[in-house]
Amino acid sequence: MTVLLEMNAIQKAFNGVPALSGASVEIERGEVHALIGQNGAGKSTMIKVLTGVYRRDDGKITFNGHDSVLTNPREAQAAGIATIYQELTLVPLRSVTENVMMGYEPKRFGAFIDWPAAHARTREILTRFGIDIDVKMPLGSYSTAIQQLVAIARAVSLDAKLVIMDEPTSSLDSSEVKTLFGVVRSLREAGVSVLYVSHFLDELFEICDRVTTMRDGKTVGCARLAETTKLDLIAGMLGRDTSEITEAGMTEFGGGTAKKGDILLEAKDVATGPRLTKFNMTLHRGEIVGLGGLLGAGRTEAARALFGVDPLRRGTISLKGAPAPSQPANAITAGLGYLTEDRKAEGIIPDMSVRENMTLALLPRMTKGGQIDRARERKIVQHYIDALGIKTADMEQPIRELSGGNQQKVLLARWLAIEPDILILDEPTRGVDVGAKREIQLIIRNFVDRGYSVVLISSEFEELVEGADRIVVLNEGRCITELTNPGVTEHKLVQALAQTSEASA
Amino acid sequence: MSTTITETRRKSVRQLVHGHGGIVALLAILLFNMAFTPNFLQLQTLFVNISQVATIAIVAMGMTLVIATGGIDLSVGAIMALAGALAPLIFLSEFGAANPALGVTLAIALPMLVAIACGLFNGIMVAKLNVQPIIATLILFISGRGIAQVLTNGNLQTFTNPHFSYLGTGKVLGLPFQGWLAIGIAIFLYFIISRTTFGRYVLAIGGNERAAQLSGGPVALVKIGVYMICGALAGLAGLIVVAINSASDAARNGSLMELDAIAAAVVGGALLQGGRAPIFGAILGAVIIQLVKYTLLANGVQDEVALIAKAGIILVAVYVQQARKE
Repeated sequence: MTVLLEMNAIQKAFNGVPALSGASVEIERGEVHALIGQNGAGKSTMIKVLTGVYRRDDGKITFNGHDSVLTNPREAQAAGIATIYQELTLVPLRSVTENVMMGYEPKRFGAFIDWPAAHARTREILTRFGIDIDVKMPLGSYSTAIQQLVAIARAVSLDAKLVIMDEPTSSLDSSEVKTLFGVVRSLREAGVSVLYVSHFLDELFEICDRVTTMRDGKTVGCARLAETTKLDLIAGMLGRDTSEITEAGMTEFGGGTAKKGDILLEAKDVATGPRLTKFNMTLHRGEIVGLGGLLGAGRTEAARALFGVDPLRRGTISLKGAPAPSQPANAITAGLGYLTEDRKAEGIIPDMSVRENMTLALLPRMTKGGQIDRARERKIVQHYIDALGIKTADMEQPIRELSGGNQQKVLLARWLAIEPDILILDEPTRGVDVGAKREIQLIIRNFVDRGYSVVLISSEFEELVEGADRIVVLNEGRCITELTNPGVTEHKLVQALAQTSEASA
Repeated sequence: MSTTITETRRKSVRQLVHGHGGIVALLAILLFNMAFTPNFLQLQTLFVNISQVATIAIVAMGMTLVIATGGIDLSVGAIMALAGALAPLIFLSEFGAANPALGVTLAIALPMLVAIACGLFNGIMVAKLNVQPIIATLILFISGRGIAQVLTNGNLQTFTNPHFSYLGTGKVLGLPFQGWLAIGIAIFLYFIISRTTFGRYVLAIGGNERAAQLSGGPVALVKIGVYMICGALAGLAGLIVVAINSASDAARNGSLMELDAIAAAVVGGALLQGGRAPIFGAILGAVIIQLVKYTLLANGVQDEVALIAKAGIILVAVYVQQARKE
């Protein structure tokens, strides 16, 4: 095999703060190469330097035998580097064909788009990946998985030599992951290289050839996956000893230890629409209740109902004995916090500073004589930056410049700052690396230990099983069963899901 | 060695232009005028420009707030006409003639209330009924001026009322009253934006409305609030124009003001997608727009050509904004 890409001793700093200092990666032709590291380790920066989004301060990039001097993503695409971003960058309201062909439409008389040819070519490209859909339908009418595969198909149709996938499976269910892996394997067979960024280490062993580990802007190791272990990789990312981790356990959670307090939140036969038809749950003081289920089971809808975002069509929710809030603002006053699943669309305000993002929910309680009490605001923000270990240049840095894990911590601080009794956490560790994940889990555990309660939604069974005291299992908008820790295992949870799927089928 | 020096210099010039494009443009226009426009460096010129620019600036500041929430208000010109038409009707009425002091007070207060009500209407359309801002404010854009002309039977109302005219011709410390008024409003709005929860919510809504809503922000109320402020400022500007002219012409008062105000806000650094509210930028934008108009007029360029120049400024402002975003 020959080398396709070599990035050597890359340096990049933002406002004097180094993001990359001597990072290197080497990818062979037709290789699936994993890139792992904690949030803030420099993976995204590395990719953006490669694709010309950022200009490197120093270092050498050789791509396809030439020195690479890409200055924008368009040039990267032309050179054969295609990127499938974590957040999809397609146009959901336009048809599949338009999305795949965008910018490269077949033309008639040099000006008019040749639609029959465009549809046919799109169909042909998608069939190669085993996707059989109506290409004239809007892309947004298909699942996230299909949209992602369409993005990959588009990339490959542009004769990509290297496809960069940033957390491609974070929003896919297991069957969709299988389809994706099939596509990755067919790329490898076609001689296309894949740079695969993922936090799901199990996946890497299934699909990747080699793995490069980054930490604090440096490359700390490169290994064949066949010759390494999951524990080694985690140790590499964290910069810790393997034996240390074995003792501490894989997550910072330990469910089933809570003593039951009085009932704080109770939902009875709640329905808000077709995606949540019968939801029951009780939450006691000092308890973590998990919501388990597959994609589309109604977990997020349940969270939205509890927080007063979606109006109830049926059923009742009571909060500390009183009727539940009908609006987020009331919910916050009543002592509820809701960390949303979609950080970008519903969480951060990208252009605002860390400080302004963190105190957004606290604002009504932070006024003095009609003004924002700025001294108190700074004090609170500094407290949470220190307490949660948020990596930021200072509190005035725009939140969009932070890594995903640090953004998530700021949002977590937004809710901790209102000192809520109950936190509803929807996928709190999604798109977050191993280190930040453990930290976030520890923050949640500490919060519960102080006598507060958490409703936890997580697609990672490991997190749910180890973290929750009880798990309410949902399927197609209905509560099916409830599992109580200690004694819940991943196996039991999967079994419950499997049984309910059969029962409803 | 020498290349690095020129490069840093080039870089710093570029940064200067990007960071303070408005001020650079302003200086350029001023230098041009000093060199070519006859009688530019005279107090009379300053007074004329201040009294003209104040109305644009006042409306542009309201527009900046609306734009900061991701909205737009096309009705400001019509609201000016409406407020301007009402004022003389009140103090020229029998009641107003009989009670001059009360007449002038009401002639200012009632049109302002009507202007605020127009803002309330816009705000409810946008925030409660979820009508696109451009469509919602188009309603008053069309009907507001119509109502104003119906109220005055399409006539030009002329008057002599020194108390009311103070709004447009009075002087404080030797400078036009409305100039001070604009600066006072700017300081007040700057305070609101940077120091109050209302201001923080304005920027949060423009930055990410769903996040603001889910964080407990009173999104609908804040949006209605900015349209009401914008309406009030437009009403005030309408009164000032009438006061300057000692006449109210419902057909011309505030005509095309919505475009000047949007242009001033954008030149001042407002982003049309929201999330930014440069209040003093809006004043700077208004000054630039006014000076360009004045420069062309004073140098004998036709009004129609001046419009093209204005479009040119907006184009440059948008370009600079894009470059700044990278």
